[in-house]
Amino acid sequence: MADRQTKPAVETVTVKVDGRAVEVPRTTPNWEGKPEPTTVLQACKYAGVEIPHYCYHPKLPVVGNCRMCLVHVAMPGRPGPDGKPPMNEDGTPKVFPMQLPYEPGTPRGVIGCATGIIPGMDINASSPETREMREAVLESLLINHPLDCPICDQAGECKLQEYSVDHGQPESRFAEVKVHKPKAVDLGPRITLDAERCVLCTRCIRFSADVAGDDALGIVNRGSYNAISSYPGQPFDNNYTLNTVDICPVGALTSDDFRFQMRVWFLKETKSLCTGCGTGCNTVIGSRENRMYRYEPRQNDAVNSCWMCDVGRLDYKWIGRDDRLAKLRGPRGNTTWPSALKEISGHLTKAAEGSVAIVASSRQTNEELFLLNKLAKRFKALTDSVPRKGEADHLLVAEDRNPNTTGAQLTGITTKRVGSRLAAIAKGIVSGKIKTLIVFGEDVTQHGIDAKLLGKLKMLIVSDILPNATTRKADYLLPGCSHAEKRGTFTNVKGRVQKFTKALEPSGDAMPEWEVLHELVHNVTGLDGFNSIEGLFNQMADEVKAFKVAGLTWAGLGDQGADVKL
Amino acid sequence: MILACYANDVKLAYIYIRGEFPEGARILNRAIDDARASGFLGKGICGTKYNLEIHVHRGAGAYICGEETGLIESLEGKRPYPRIKPPYFPAALGLYMCPTIVNNVETLCNVRHVMEMGGDEYASLGTAVNTGTRIVSLSGQVKRPGYYEIEVGKATLGELIFHRNFGQGLLDGRKLRAIIPGGSSSKVFRAGEKFNIKSKDKWGKVIGQKLGLLDIPYDFDTLMKCGSMSGSSAIIVMDDSVDIVEALGNLSDFYAHESCGQCTPCREGSLWMAKALKRMRSGEARKGDADYLRHIAHNIQGRTICAFGEACAWPVLSFVDKFRDDFEQRGAEDEARLAKRNREAAAS
Repeated sequence: MADRQTKPAVETVTVKVDGRAVEVPRTTPNWEGKPEPTTVLQACKYAGVEIPHYCYHPKLPVVGNCRMCLVHVAMPGRPGPDGKPPMNEDGTPKVFPMQLPYEPGTPRGVIGCATGIIPGMDINASSPETREMREAVLESLLINHPLDCPICDQAGECKLQEYSVDHGQPESRFAEVKVHKPKAVDLGPRITLDAERCVLCTRCIRFSADVAGDDALGIVNRGSYNAISSYPGQPFDNNYTLNTVDICPVGALTSDDFRFQMRVWFLKETKSLCTGCGTGCNTVIGSRENRMYRYEPRQNDAVNSCWMCDVGRLDYKWIGRDDRLAKLRGPRGNTTWPSALKEISGHLTKAAEGSVAIVASSRQTNEELFLLNKLAKRFKALTDSVPRKGEADHLLVAEDRNPNTTGAQLTGITTKRVGSRLAAIAKGIVSGKIKTLIVFGEDVTQHGIDAKLLGKLKMLIVSDILPNATTRKADYLLPGCSHAEKRGTFTNVKGRVQKFTKALEPSGDAMPEWEVLHELVHNVTGLDGFNSIEGLFNQMADEVKAFKVAGLTWAGLGDQGADVKL
Repeated sequence: MILACYANDVKLAYIYIRGEFPEGARILNRAIDDARASGFLGKGICGTKYNLEIHVHRGAGAYICGEETGLIESLEGKRPYPRIKPPYFPAALGLYMCPTIVNNVETLCNVRHVMEMGGDEYASLGTAVNTGTRIVSLSGQVKRPGYYEIEVGKATLGELIFHRNFGQGLLDGRKLRAIIPGGSSSKVFRAGEKFNIKSKDKWGKVIGQKLGLLDIPYDFDTLMKCGSMSGSSAIIVMDDSVDIVEALGNLSDFYAHESCGQCTPCREGSLWMAKALKRMRSGEARKGDADYLRHIAHNIQGRTICAFGEACAWPVLSFVDKFRDDFEQRGAEDEARLAKRNREAAAS
């Protein structure tokens, strides 16, 4: 907090954008986050004016090859012998429009992405000169581009389409034969390349080499015949390849998973999180008519920048699986939520201290774990969750493959040693001390509490979304929701609390777990006051120490989340 | 080169020689071995504490490697895509992002003579502001094409073509049509062109001058004032047997083939121009093709990462501007022939 207060004022520079004086920071973070002189393109962005571009990407090294961001600028004059810059008659500094040195009078553009601003420069982002340059670059890009928008997956989110509408010409002058290049190239196991659609911006090459650390892509041939390629005989296959599809400004790189599945303009976009590991990459779910079609990374510089891994991105198919649990089941077969909750509450109210144990999941939300812990406290119940480990990588993938282990720890469901109390729970069942087991989202038969042990219980209450050996033994089976079907928060491995929102309706009887738990906690403990997710989160933030110290509120989380100290 | 390195306290130098010169590379390597054996290279050169290594690096046959930042990329083992300037000026961020001096052979060859003669005497060669000598490569339809070393500005274009010491005139019975004065990327001159130029004399006084094409002294400034450049000092002479559209098509094919393809205007434009010219050369020219070509070339020059954009645009711009009648005539003829053929086809 202290450093936030003493932060020095940002040094600024004044430039003119389309005749309007704007004050912009002197430096702006480059792709690696290091401050560098603010560029013309960035200055225009600060001023709310978009400079069209293909090759420039804020998270990639600048190469300046597409020339789409050419802008006509006027520079202040050099100081004369008196040390003063040349002035107009009205006392304002004189500026000199840039022109070709060998052809005075013909305007010369600078590339916005790589040209640093100079105090007093005029950036003519929308002047006829600038528009003419853009039009010319677009014309060049389009002469060899196939007119296959109707069958192109990128249509609707294509920069070539968008800029053609904004800056292009209605007709092409091109009277020659187009260059033909390879189409439907299997670049790797998850990527298909259409080299004819490619504008050769090299974003994919730079991403692979400089961000993913796999210098796998390059350009073959020369001139207009240039084409993207992986090294001969080596497929483009690392865990980050699908990011190249996101950053491809056109339809050259398409995802084998999403290709031809859905027109993008039909997709509803919902802010969500990836649940593949403890990193908590921010995502956008693309869905239509209650079916999820894709994940895309959502920029969050504190977590995942603009990227996500391929494994995480493709880890959504289970959400729409046919065998999802959709029926609420009690000991006498299918039932309804009012009766089931009444019966469970009645049973739990009578349960003695120490006779109940809870196995929660670190795939559950902070709110759900908080409520489970409230329930647990009522019976002094043993609680734990199940660890999931994998190998961490150099970029985004965390060793912890649960999305919310930190949340489980902070809410008190588990300890630093996740799963260390599972053996004690098993022992309690063996000894007959534990008579009721509540399981959320885990197949405990895989974690030391086998089907035979489960048979010893008087009552097994299970909430899950897919069938397994534990759900089959349940006395009460409560169908739950995936994260795409409810709202809530996760706390990632670094202690960032982030929220996700609801993209899909749950199927059948399934209900968000926090709603079910809220009801149970109310019935069993008499506690009240959190019947909305906002209220519940704020209540939790007030009671869980780490959250309280950080001063979290639901509204305060915003889209990017907030850090808690671990 | 060793002298230049010594002057700049450079410890490591490369000679980048294009891949098409295997014999040249062998000779260079032999010379370097000789120099090392004689104590001019390696550690403690000539008994001093100065160390220098020179390596010969052979290119792989791309014209763009002549662009200094493209050359640096190539030397680093990458595709020779020229770098954007700013920020990658070689003197600040060159080879392996270290300060680097890139000079061509011609420049370095002068060092020896400057050292030998002394700066003042060397500067007394040539004209007041364009000093020294240049080796002119004279090609095209002259009797004696070849390489001629001249004092800069001490021979005119006319002398270079006609003088008995140089080209010895056009082939018998031919008339001059055009001259490309400084390599194929320089703007073409049309025979009979006249120029009104202004220049400053030794005392800074501005003097007006009328020059015929053949009276242009072969120096940097005058050629630039006449709208072209001395560039690589390769003069291409074209006589009246040359088809201008064919000649430009030939040049454009070269530039389309050698464009590295990094930045959009040149990548797409160079091949576009070459394709248009190919169409025109195969009997399908259109009346508007002169403007069509001009439009494409205009969209390249000044908008690319490196000067290759100008190199491929300038021949087209200058050929079209100076020989517009050739292009328009061809368009009219082809369109008329096509119309006639269509009429005949319709009639039958």
